[in-house]
Amino acid sequence: MRESIIMKIHYGTALAAVALVAVHILMRLTQGFAESLEYDSVIANYKFIPYAGMLEIILILLSIHGFNGLRVILLELKQGRTYEKAVSYGCVVAMIALIAYGSRTIIMVNTGMT
Amino acid sequence: MAQTSLAEENASIPLSSSQSITLRIARYNPEHDSAKKFMEFNVPYEKWTTVLEAILEVKKHFDHSVAVRYSCRQATCGSCGMIINGKPRLACFTKISELNSNVITVEPMNNFPIIRDLAVKFERLFDTHHKVKPYLIRDDTEITTNTKEFLQSPEELEQYIQFSNCIKCGLCNSACPTMATDSSFVGPQALAQAYRYVADSRDKGKDDRLKIIDDSHGIWRCHFAGSCSQVCPKGVDPAMGIQLLRGYMLGFRS
Repeated sequence: MRESIIMKIHYGTALAAVALVAVHILMRLTQGFAESLEYDSVIANYKFIPYAGMLEIILILLSIHGFNGLRVILLELKQGRTYEKAVSYGCVVAMIALIAYGSRTIIMVNTGMT
Repeated sequence: MAQTSLAEENASIPLSSSQSITLRIARYNPEHDSAKKFMEFNVPYEKWTTVLEAILEVKKHFDHSVAVRYSCRQATCGSCGMIINGKPRLACFTKISELNSNVITVEPMNNFPIIRDLAVKFERLFDTHHKVKPYLIRDDTEITTNTKEFLQSPEELEQYIQFSNCIKCGLCNSACPTMATDSSFVGPQALAQAYRYVADSRDKGKDDRLKIIDDSHGIWRCHFAGSCSQVCPKGVDPAMGIQLLRGYMLGFRS
């Protein structure tokens, strides 16, 4: 993939994440902070599909943005064909793993596995 | 004859000067030395004396082995770039009196391999400069056809004229923080030159050039520190050129 496309995704995910995280913070303000972190409250949020969907999208956006940022930092630290390939593929694998782990939590709650 | 030439050499010392500075010159020969060391010289100066003239005084009267590259002495050839009191500058374009210091330290430019003392290798700069195709690209040329010169309006000229002042001195690359860590980064000099030709209304090679700088060590690795623009002795603003190039790549400009 061309670097300009990757960077467009990088900037796009940043802007989208800022908007959605703002919504997420506003939703948390509808109740007390400590109350919103209680077990039942968290489970209820995950079971509310539109909100769980938004959390899933935030997870995907931040994972893409964060791991691409890490890739860029690592590419600037050291150069070399093998190293650069390892960094790029490593970041993609780590990103997929993080998204899968985060999604697993939401899926488990909604399928009654908790 | 020898005595006469010695007398002529001595006559070049500005003896009438009442002021002098301590000139600290970085000495390093990669073939023999493990680390850079500094030699100090007491050099007289007048208010018009440049750092390059002070270095040449040292070469003439104290230590002829100091390695320095220079040519035009008028900020045109871009040969005498070096770090002067911590900042990349042209030695021929920097007056001692403007530095407001009794001690002047000169070192080779950062981000360039050292040949010896103040002289550095320019291969990387010239390679990246060539990489961005720094010439007009179009199918019809003045050489192969008998057409008139390619006309431009003043507004079209204004788009790129400041970038054509680049003298390839390398000060921008020396000041660039990304160049310090990323050995494959194309650098502000080449990126500014890419913009110079992309913005030229006579040029048709925009897509080629944008493709060249659109890689993992290309334009996107610029952090927009802006130090390249701060140190340019010719008033070129590479940081702005890079941002304008990004505008083309993100679709804000066409």
